[in-house]
Order: sequence, then structure tokens, then C-alpha cells
Amino acid sequence: MLTIPCPYCGPREETEFTYGGPSHVQRPPLESSDREWTKYLYHRENTKGPYRERWLHSFGCSRWFNVLRDTTTHEILEVYLMGQPSASKAATTRERAEGAL
Amino acid sequence: MRYSFVRVLKEALTGNRGWAPAVRTPSPQKSYDVVVIGGGGHGLATAYYLAKKHGVRRVALLERGHIGQGNSGRNTQVTRSNYFYPVSSSFFDHSLKLYERLGQELNFNVMLRQGGQINLAHSQHDLEIIRRWANAIRMNGVDAEVLDEAEIRRLVPLLNTRPRFPIVGGLIQRRAGISRHDAVVWGFARGANAHGVDIIQGCEVTGFQQSGDRVTAVKTSQGVLQCDRAVMSVSNQCSILAGLAGFTLPITTTTLQAMVTEPIKPILDPCVISARIHAYVSQSDRGEIVIGGAADVYNSYRQRGSLAVTRSVLAAVLELFPSFSRLKLMRQWAGAVDITPDTSPIMGLTPVRNLYINCGWGTGGYKAIPAGGDTMAQTVVDDKPHPLIRAFDLARFERAALIDEGAASGVAH
Repeated sequence: MLTIPCPYCGPREETEFTYGGPSHVQRPPLESSDREWTKYLYHRENTKGPYRERWLHSFGCSRWFNVLRDTTTHEILEVYLMGQPSASKAATTRERAEGAL
Repeated sequence: MRYSFVRVLKEALTGNRGWAPAVRTPSPQKSYDVVVIGGGGHGLATAYYLAKKHGVRRVALLERGHIGQGNSGRNTQVTRSNYFYPVSSSFFDHSLKLYERLGQELNFNVMLRQGGQINLAHSQHDLEIIRRWANAIRMNGVDAEVLDEAEIRRLVPLLNTRPRFPIVGGLIQRRAGISRHDAVVWGFARGANAHGVDIIQGCEVTGFQQSGDRVTAVKTSQGVLQCDRAVMSVSNQCSILAGLAGFTLPITTTTLQAMVTEPIKPILDPCVISARIHAYVSQSDRGEIVIGGAADVYNSYRQRGSLAVTRSVLAAVLELFPSFSRLKLMRQWAGAVDITPDTSPIMGLTPVRNLYINCGWGTGGYKAIPAGGDTMAQTVVDDKPHPLIRAFDLARFERAALIDEGAASGVAH
């Protein structure tokens, strides 16, 4: 059972939250190819390690936020608000590949 | 060495000195015709059929840990073919038919017991869906019967008589059943070994050597293995392996739990499943009540389930079988499962010309082991998808030709 630190309500049990999948997925432009749309719709980073994801505090403040969580240990490394940049240096696979951060 | 009653008798009388190890532990050769990555049921079956049915001489099977250490040794052993779509039905029924002969095929008792599987209906709406589903299964040429409440209670006398969600009927596939997962792994490993496959354990794949759009060698912790063709048959590392080969997969890895109680006398012949309250129960041949349910919701490679899910699954089981509350829970464990967007597996060709894939089995790859191996072996030999798996290719997502068994049959796999 995860204890998720909601940035608005504080630490709560995982059962109060709804999982929202990966964060920062960008929708491609409308004129993109079928291959790019397939990638956007179905292909997932599926990171083994630090992973950026969205959570909704359904049984609390009903607000969305971002979590950086390690998928091998379940350790929550950072919680940051929607629309705000992450402060963490722990790069995800894609970020390492693209040389971001 | 052929196993038989006469052999057991002879060994018993001569101090059991004649038994040889069933699987060799070879060092990898420099090059192979086919390298199969992943020593679970599917990988072992693929190697077995490649060597036995197609006579491929130099086959290596690489396993990072020990064979059957992953989901092949963690699953709840259910085999069935009650699927909605014809493409699923024909593939999974091929698998069930292979399971029905697997003991003889492998000369190894896989302990298949076809006690049937009952899907419960808890409302008139459930019953209508189940009737439609049963008709679809029968149209696909597979056995299915709709049962009324009295018939279900006759088959499963321990069911709650005053449940919160009333039992109004159900669907049974009588040919469904359970077998022994370790025996399936060992049987295929022994068979593959006997036909000359090098089963190399403790050998992790670290990358691929590629030339153009082809794989020329597999890089491993035990050296570089040249190969003409390679098959990826791994669970929960498939996104990472695909990344090493230069492509991505539509897969999310999460956790699925299972648990068993202390062993008791036989009280449950069929496997009972409720999609409505999401739990399934069977009794193993060792007498344990085997319990499973929903997968955890978030991405994870940790192989350890959430207590929240354990609780909800157990609550659902005790709702169906109140008497099980007296049983001691012996073990609870979890495996990492690869969920695809349509909950159907991915089998066939990849963007890399001579690299083939068999993955995305989600919560139900066990029932498909013989057919997965059989069809993948054929696919590798022919370099084109076996007719039974043509619809399950990786490119189906680009064609928007999804096979959504999750939506069609309630609980998917």
C-alpha cells in the first residue's frame, strides 16, 4: 500500500487516489502520420526506474498532481503540481535518451 | 530417458541410481540458427517445437535467472478457451487441445484436470451478456453451456446461499481446467533438451548487434551469440528488450497478485470466476484454494502487490465462499504482468526483420503456452506469421484492428 503525499491534503493511503497514467504525454499535431498517432495512443514508455505519473485525489481534494515514483521500489521521489516543472534530477529513460534535464 | 511405470519400478528396486538430470547445463556456442530469449513456458515451448517439429538443429534458449522462475511459476494454472472473438477462440482452443495431449506429447505428467470453469452471473444483465457470450463461443466451435442457479449450486455446493450479489446463473466451459505450471515448464524444458536445444540459465541479454534492419548477434552476460534469427519471449522485460532492439511497444507493466490457503480435502471441482466482483477461485491438486483477482492499478516492476488489492480480492472471495474465512492463508505473491491496450497478446514479426516477438500476455499467458510455442516456432521457420496469430501482430495498433477481449468477455485473460 502506497502512502501518497497529496500536495494539498498531505499524506494519505493509496485507496483515496485514482491513477492517471504517465505525465507529460504530448498530443501530436493533427496532420501527423498514423505511425505517430499510434505511438501517442498506445505506445508507452513503461519505464523501469523513476517514472513520472499523474494521480487524482478522488476521495479528498479532487485535484490532479504529478508524482515521480520508482517503479522498481515504489519509492516516491517527488510530488509536483500540474503545469509546474519538476525539481528532481532523477531522469526517466526518455529524458536520458533525449538528453533533457 | 523415457519415463514410465516400469522405469519407476526398476529404479525403486535399484536404489534410484539410474536417474539422469533432465536438462543439461551447457556453455553457449558461438553461433546458433535461432536464439530464443526467455526461459518461461512460451520460450521453452517455442524452442521445443523448433527443434522437434521443424528439426532446427542449433537452438539456444537464454534465461536470465532459472527456467520457470517468472510468471510461468507464479500463475494460477487456469486453461480455458471461452473467448468471444473468433481469432481468440481459434488460437486458445488450439492451445487447450494441445494441453489435452501434452502429457503424452512430453512424456511428462502435467496433471491437467478438466473440472470446468464457471463464470457467474449476478443479475439479469449479466445473464444476458453471458447468453450472448455463450452463443459466440459455440459459434466459434468451442463448448459452452448456460447454467441456471440450481445447476451451479449442484456443481459448487459451498457457494454462499445468501450473497450480497445474488447468483442467477452462469456459463460453464467443461473442457476448461487447471494443470501443474511447474510440470509444464519442466516438461517443455526436458523435451527441448532431449531434442538438442541448449538451455542456458543465468544468461542475461544486454543488447543486440544489428546490421541494417537485421539482428546479427545477441549480446549476453555470457558472451556474444551469433544468430540467424531471434525470438523475444519475455514477460515484464519486453519493453526494455524492445528498446535495446530499437523499437517501442504498446505495453504497461503492472502487478498481479495470487494467493493460496492451507490444503484441504477436495471441495471445489470447477474454477469459479465472478467478473462482477472480480475474483476467481480454484482448488489445486495439492488441496490448496488458489485465489486471484484484479491487477494492481499502477505501473510496477516490483513483483509485490498492494494490500488494498489483496483486501478487495479476499473480500470478494469470502462473499462467494463464506466458509473459506476459516482457512489460513499460506502464501500471497505477485508477478509483473504486461498489459496491452486491448488485453490481447502481441505475437509475430517486429520492425527488425529477423527478430520475432511473443509478449503482452497480461494476466493470462499460461493457458497459451503450447499454442504460443507451436505458432511462434512455425512463424520463425516460415518468416511469416502462423495463420492462427496473424491478427495478433504488433502492427494491429496502427491498423486500429484491436482485439478487445477485455471489453468483450468481462475479465479478459
